[in-house]
Amino acid sequence: MDHCSAVQKTFSRIRYGSRLLLLLFGLVVAWTNANSVMAETTGFEQIVQSLTTSKFRDKEKAVRELAAVQDKRTMPVLQALLDARLYYRKADKRVVIVERVDGQFRMTDPVTAEELGTVPKRKIKKIGINNKLRKLLKSKLASLSLEGPDPSVRLSAIEQMQGQLDESQYLYIKKLLEQERDDDVRSAMVAALALYELDNGSADQRIKAIEVLSGNLAQVVSNRLQALLEQDDLEKEVRKAAIKALDRINERLKINSIIETTFFGLSLGSVLLLAAIGLAITFGVMGVINMAHGELIMIGAYTTYLVQSVMPNYTDLSLLVAIPAAFLVSAIFGILIERFIIRHLYGRPLETLLATFGVSLILQQLVRTVVSAQNVAVSNPSWMSGSIQINAALSLTYNRLFIFIFAMIVFVALLLILKKTALGLQVRAVSQNRSMAKAMGIRSDWVDAMTFGLGSGVAGIAGVALSQLTNVGPNMGQSYIIDSFMVVVFGGVGNLWGTFVGALSLGVANKFIEPFSGAVLAKILVLVFIIMFIQKYPRGLFPQKGRSAEN
Amino acid sequence: MSMIRRLNVVKFALAGAALSFSALTQAADTIKVGVLHSLSGTMAISETTLKDTVLMMIDEQNKAGGVMGKKLEAVVVDPASNWPLFAEKTRELLAKKKVDVIFGCWTSVSRKSVLPVIEELNGLLFYPVQYEGEESSKNVFYTGAAPNQQAIPAVDYLMNDLGVKRWVLAGTDYVYPRTTNKILEAYLKAKGVKQKDIMINYTPFGHSDWQSIVSDIKKFGSKGKKTAVVSTINGDANVPFYKELGNQGIGSDDIPVVAFSVGEEELSGIDTKPLVGHLAAWNYFQSVDADVNSDFIKAWKKFIKSDKRVTNDPMEATYIGFKMWVKAVEKAGTTDTDAVEAAMIGISVPNLTGGIATMMPNHHLTKPVLIGEIQEDGQFEVVWQTDGTVVGDAWSDFLPGSKDLISDWRAPLTCGNYNVKTGKCSGQNF
Repeated sequence: MDHCSAVQKTFSRIRYGSRLLLLLFGLVVAWTNANSVMAETTGFEQIVQSLTTSKFRDKEKAVRELAAVQDKRTMPVLQALLDARLYYRKADKRVVIVERVDGQFRMTDPVTAEELGTVPKRKIKKIGINNKLRKLLKSKLASLSLEGPDPSVRLSAIEQMQGQLDESQYLYIKKLLEQERDDDVRSAMVAALALYELDNGSADQRIKAIEVLSGNLAQVVSNRLQALLEQDDLEKEVRKAAIKALDRINERLKINSIIETTFFGLSLGSVLLLAAIGLAITFGVMGVINMAHGELIMIGAYTTYLVQSVMPNYTDLSLLVAIPAAFLVSAIFGILIERFIIRHLYGRPLETLLATFGVSLILQQLVRTVVSAQNVAVSNPSWMSGSIQINAALSLTYNRLFIFIFAMIVFVALLLILKKTALGLQVRAVSQNRSMAKAMGIRSDWVDAMTFGLGSGVAGIAGVALSQLTNVGPNMGQSYIIDSFMVVVFGGVGNLWGTFVGALSLGVANKFIEPFSGAVLAKILVLVFIIMFIQKYPRGLFPQKGRSAEN
Repeated sequence: MSMIRRLNVVKFALAGAALSFSALTQAADTIKVGVLHSLSGTMAISETTLKDTVLMMIDEQNKAGGVMGKKLEAVVVDPASNWPLFAEKTRELLAKKKVDVIFGCWTSVSRKSVLPVIEELNGLLFYPVQYEGEESSKNVFYTGAAPNQQAIPAVDYLMNDLGVKRWVLAGTDYVYPRTTNKILEAYLKAKGVKQKDIMINYTPFGHSDWQSIVSDIKKFGSKGKKTAVVSTINGDANVPFYKELGNQGIGSDDIPVVAFSVGEEELSGIDTKPLVGHLAAWNYFQSVDADVNSDFIKAWKKFIKSDKRVTNDPMEATYIGFKMWVKAVEKAGTTDTDAVEAAMIGISVPNLTGGIATMMPNHHLTKPVLIGEIQEDGQFEVVWQTDGTVVGDAWSDFLPGSKDLISDWRAPLTCGNYNVKTGKCSGQNF
């Protein structure tokens, strides 16, 4: 332990400067460190060994002791404990850090770093932690990693510590600030120091601290300012500065929350759009009331599940494979439904409704029998987990963001298919005037099947997206069928743009009502609004014009 | 795989046909056990497992020689997650099929629908799921937890061990969460928690868009006081809820969520990595280290022919209920409803966590309360448990209407809702 030199001693003197007892203790620790490596190792080993206790209180004590020891080996042990990789051998209770290798566990000694061979699971027992211990570990690890080489680690360490510094940590960070190069870490450090000064500084220091913090949107800042204002014996100038800073923060928070709600709304809208857009083709363009639309979404989601179970090691990639696969599978199902059932029922909407409802029940039961009645687990690829931090108060989740973008892409692609391709032209021709289209040599039967297949395939793609947000189970389709019809009818039958605007505006409206009324009532209010809207404008937002609309 | 499954279906159908055929020939020699669990519809996910559990128990009992020398015969019906159909199927089981006992129901609304029928025809129902209490019927034995055996101890744990000061009560919008939250709200207020520190939120069944709610919880929880979510969110709505929590970066060490409806079965449908450290309160966990438990798990995996299937709390409740019924029938020497009912009170059988479950005079059980943290493998690790067992309380002590009510089905009281203040048994049967 040669690094325990004079510098270290001076350092520990600064840290514990105000507390004589602790200083003495620090010197003693430093002295022992410097003098007897052997004794130190046994001490370290003893503390590590004491982690095998079953009492959480004793484990907590051991963790605190470990964090207090100045030792390079502390961090790996604490990290392993946090990651549930710290075990002990059942035979001799020796603590080991394990690594999973093909179902076996490779053990390393945390004290000597010696490799101890590989054992099966039943030979070792995990050292369990609870919530409280987890929190303690994170904060201890944070302060241990303040001097680490990775700026992002330092940043999260500082953020972890913000608002809960004690005096020694305050001085420590102040010292570190001088040598910190990274801007983000620096500003986080400044904020952490200011937060400490807010509570413990002189009036001047406080005002300065408030100035530093006044643009900061972190929740801990406004909490502290609020708490400061609640103190009765506050100096006038400090109070004035605090009120001003708080007002400024609240103003910015309000704007943030509007942006956030809009994003939530657009994201809900994009889910509605994805679910409804396939229906906009089969119902909107072809006029078929397809009650099995939700089940086509479900089939798409199950395809995602199957693709993932075929390629278990490529979760990140599997979603990209699942998109065309789901399109094909759902499209084939759609074409089969069209060929065998709907084809015989054109012009008889009631019978179509009943028949497709039956199909939806058959498809649900099929999934229950073939796969399972249980929901299945579709995992999220890593690039869809977590969130992107815009500022301290606003973060947007990746999965919602990607699904919004995805919905836009699907929408544009469909629009292009209908407007720019031969198939699109034929679809529009057949839907406008079937006999005339036939007379022009269009195989209307084939066009019907392809259109239905296209709509169903898009439903399948929606299933891929939904599998990332919600449960994949036999009943999942039912929760989307009502919403889909709602969007298509509201937007105007036969108009893709109507579906687009309808879905997004319903989503945003829903999210803006929700904070006032709760989720249950928000949905009801939106439905009531649509009922009233349809009374007034039976053809929806964007009614189809021209002769075809009169049929 | 699908071929095998289809083959299995055919086999089951044949076996079923054979069973009913043999039942015809030796009807007098069997005891009929009705199984009233949804095998289709929303609840199929949870209830199918319980149907299989009952079938497994019957199978084991028959191998051990049946009850009183007679073989048990399962009569399985499918109420299809359709609440009124539960009542019809109960009538069918009791009046037509002449079953001697029924194991069934999951949701409270299905149980409420069965109640009038089972009381009219004097049947016997074992109800195996944790519920909101406020009920005690002569014809029903409640082998799941009452609120004081799950919700209240969980709140105590959060308050005392984790130092929680602010509470989010989040639930699905129906009778169980609403009643439980009413009890919890009264309990928290009795403990000195202020109204502004309690946030209550209800969502529809199968809710999947949790963005704004989770963001509200995040804001509510960042006011400097330790916050926890007490979740009575039901069934698969939990999956997107937990996913959203993970995505918005709320870890269990910031805002722990304690759930009353999330067990091993529910977790087997999700990626549990972001959930590590969130809590659940139950009376049984698959991970509990007890010999009787490992035997049960082994038997279950063998019966269901899959190594991946898990066991959960309602399965244990079914197990206890079944064992108790067998014991009571043997004690009474008959399957007659009234005799078995009388014999049931005081019956003790081992539970699966290494303790003993006893049937109390209010038709509820004694149970240990366990609090577990979710682990990466989808199992729970027990972090706290009650010293002994807790007696189920049919009528909550924290609701003004039911504070004074007690339930005792022994003579001379023989009443499910006796008011100790007025000294009267309300005319209502349950």
